[in-house]
Amino acid sequence: MQMPPLDPAILARRGDIVAALRAIVPGEGVIDDLEGMRPYECDALSAYRQMPLVVVLPETVAQVSAILRYCQDNKVKVVPRGAGTSLSGGSMPVGDAILLGLGKFNRVLEIDYANRCARVQPGVTNLGVTKAVEHEGFYYAPDPSSQIACSIGGNVAENSGGVHCLKYGLTTNNLLGIELVLMTGEVVRLGGKHLDSEGYDLLGVMTGSEGLLGVVTEVTVRLLRKPATARAVLLGFPTEAAAADCVAAVIASGIIPAGMEMMDKDAVKCAEAYVGAGYPLDAEGLLIVELDGPPVEVDYLVERVAEIAKGRGATTVRVSNDEQERVLFWAGRKAAFPAVGQITPDYMCLDGSVPRGRLVEVLAEMREMSKQHRLRVVNVFHAGDGNLHPLILFDANDPDELRRAEEFGADILRLCVRVGGVLTGEHGVGIEKRDLMGVQFTEIDLDQQMRLKCAFDPDHLLNPGKVFPQLRRCAELGRVVVHHNKLPFPDIPRF
Amino acid sequence: MTSTIKPRDASELRQAVEWALNDGTTLDVRGQGSKIGLGKPMNCDQVLDLSGISGIVDYAPEELVVTLRAGTPMRDVEALLAQRNQMLAFEPPDLGPLLGREAGQGTLVGAVMGNLAGPRRLSAGAARDHLLGFSGVNGRGESFKSGGKVMKNVTGYDLSKLLAGSWGTLAVLDQVSVKVLPAPDQTRTLLLLGLDEAAAVRAMCAALGSPHEVSGAAHLPGKTALRLEGVAPSVEARLKALRELLADSGAKMAELGTLESRVFWREVRDVAPLKAAPEAVIWKISCPPTEGPAIVARLKVQRPGVEAFYDWSGGLIWLALPPSADADHAIVRGALGAKGGHATLMRAPQAVRAAVPVFQPQPAALAALASRVKESFDPKRLFNPGRMG
Ligand SMILES: Cc1cc2nc3c(=O)[nH]c(=O)nc-3n(C[C@H](O)[C@H](O)[C@H](O)COP(=O)(O)OP(=O)(O)OC[C@H]3O[C@@H](n4cnc5c(N)ncnc54)[C@H](O)[C@@H]3O)c2cc1C
Repeated sequence: MQMPPLDPAILARRGDIVAALRAIVPGEGVIDDLEGMRPYECDALSAYRQMPLVVVLPETVAQVSAILRYCQDNKVKVVPRGAGTSLSGGSMPVGDAILLGLGKFNRVLEIDYANRCARVQPGVTNLGVTKAVEHEGFYYAPDPSSQIACSIGGNVAENSGGVHCLKYGLTTNNLLGIELVLMTGEVVRLGGKHLDSEGYDLLGVMTGSEGLLGVVTEVTVRLLRKPATARAVLLGFPTEAAAADCVAAVIASGIIPAGMEMMDKDAVKCAEAYVGAGYPLDAEGLLIVELDGPPVEVDYLVERVAEIAKGRGATTVRVSNDEQERVLFWAGRKAAFPAVGQITPDYMCLDGSVPRGRLVEVLAEMREMSKQHRLRVVNVFHAGDGNLHPLILFDANDPDELRRAEEFGADILRLCVRVGGVLTGEHGVGIEKRDLMGVQFTEIDLDQQMRLKCAFDPDHLLNPGKVFPQLRRCAELGRVVVHHNKLPFPDIPRF
Repeated sequence: MTSTIKPRDASELRQAVEWALNDGTTLDVRGQGSKIGLGKPMNCDQVLDLSGISGIVDYAPEELVVTLRAGTPMRDVEALLAQRNQMLAFEPPDLGPLLGREAGQGTLVGAVMGNLAGPRRLSAGAARDHLLGFSGVNGRGESFKSGGKVMKNVTGYDLSKLLAGSWGTLAVLDQVSVKVLPAPDQTRTLLLLGLDEAAAVRAMCAALGSPHEVSGAAHLPGKTALRLEGVAPSVEARLKALRELLADSGAKMAELGTLESRVFWREVRDVAPLKAAPEAVIWKISCPPTEGPAIVARLKVQRPGVEAFYDWSGGLIWLALPPSADADHAIVRGALGAKGGHATLMRAPQAVRAAVPVFQPQPAALAALASRVKESFDPKRLFNPGRMG
């Protein structure tokens, strides 16, 4: 993984930059010693690490604004960071850039049940939002598996999903507004407690922009009332193909479950050894289907899902009988990544997304690739929306294995694009998939995206080295080439 | 008379834009032209008519996705989906009659460009939430794409959100992929009769804050309506629960069955409850739901003749005002108060729309950012220049 070369002029000015930051954020909010910066040297894509120039942890919007204005004026790069759980290297530091941590923005500012929303600071954890409102029977729907740790600001930047986004949508479908600081230090508000934008949907653009456009300093999220009941169904199948078929059949029947997750045999084995959820160890493919709503509806749908599964040859059909059992069914799924972590020194988690109808062939082809690359792959994923999470098992201390894992990962993502899917469904491009962007996009597509970046950050100072394989200067991108004296095209109908 | 250019496919579309760029010709971009009266009046050199680039490209009901060309009539899309018992969950309104045109006109892409949404906006989102991907031409005459056909996709910026609601000012689309959902088996409506506006909004907010999955909440004078959709036993159970929940509102209750409900919510969707005279000025306000009644009350102090009804649990207010040279824009926007929201002038004579901001003016920093965003797609301002003013 190549990162852009460090700018020696910036490195030489480090002392000045630290002093300038200290003038903005007093006390312990500026960390410039190696020991203190160590916890920030990587995110959850831990195979890649780099020390930042300096870490700054502002506490107020005015400080964030002053920092960005200083960076803009002095052409210093900035990497925003929430909780550092990005799986794509989105919050990995850059050696000649300030790491701007939002951990101190950790307050819930307002809860408005009547309008069903909460205004929170970006450093509040995803689960923290739900915790703040659950005593009133409400919750925040997007639930990434990292929800205990990841921040709402990070969720906005990555447009994170979770097991329930099949029915309730991703982060982008559950936001009402944000406050945003631009590189100029200007503070703008997008949205609020009302729906939709008065102009361009910049809230939609900011969501999933991976920290490349601005720093989010406040978020207004939509709250939902907890469903009256939820039950989970555990379905075991003799083949992966049968499990994947069942996923498509459930959706085709007009049922949108709250969640529909799949685990392959190895994932089931790991999860079972780790938490003992009572999964059937003989199944080649396991589905966990959650249905929620009023009890009569849930009972009715559980029945129908079970029927569909039996029709596809399910060998295990178990329905959770109480809340405790439902939670247990999920416990294995939720702990699947760490569980797989027990059987391998390292793993790489991919995130391609494919049309549901292509799941069967994608899984089969992945097995073939696994043989070719001589690395094991374990699958635990959001089957309902076709979002794969192949885990490639390897040992990062073996350079050849790391290289093979990277190649295997790239092959899987190319496969996803080839069958009509995309490189990433919820984890973001970051540095991990940056160099594969050309597989999905043409140069024109990417130039258009970069021009949008230029509208927010004309000097490419925010989160450099991420998302785009090659950054082109905004002045160059902005040039318009006009060919005069061309004849209007004669064959297009005009009247 | 401005002339019209009518490309037949994506390649001709690209050539047409390239030609306009070279010639410095501004383009009035149209599907079927059903929303010509919406937005700031424009004075373009040429009409770019997309109705020739039409047709369904791919419909995969089990994938919940339909891909179609930009000029495809909404009517055709809805008919196609209905055959497989699916729908556009964002419930795009047919604003034809409101704008003094025929019903049943317009293209799906036109609705997406206005980010339109009906009563189900509350629970299912707007057009923005259903546009999965597109291809089109930017103001440099380049064909580009964004997004895809899959449900989950965070690869690159989410340009679909940006294009939805851009009123054709950023790029000209030739093809879109849109998410579709199963249509509900049953639709029933609980009516609360005789509540005043404040009590109605309280009841609607309570209903939406309940676990009963309300998918429409509108208040018309004297009548508050809550919609429930789904399989029969579920709708039945939720209806009962909702009656109990709202018993202490003191309102008399009534119900609409599936067929009556469909008619009722279609009318709400299409703004039919405004019985305003054809020359009345129509505004749409988006606000925090609980603010709705206070906004209307402030307005009534200054314009006693105002007629209003509420959708989105109070968060969407449709207003009819007597005709005036400035559409009372300062009064309407002044009534919004400090809790946020925006007002859009949805119907007024051309001269009035030319004289006042149709869309809510933005603070300077945001307006400057929006202008840079426009330039990043359309540097020579060829597409629908000024329409979003
Ligand atoms: C075990 C595990 C399980 C996971 N499961 C899921 C899952 O189920 N679904 C899912 O979608 N993701 C999942 N993730 C990925 C990750 O948790 C999410 O991407 C999360 O949203 C990142 O949040 P964060 O606060 O850690 O952000 P960080 O990692 O700190 O940052 C992520 C990106 O956001 C930017 N950023 C952060 N804060 C701001 C801000 N305030 N303003 C502007 N930019 C900002 C950063 O620059 C960076 O580009 C998982 C990760 C782990 C480790």
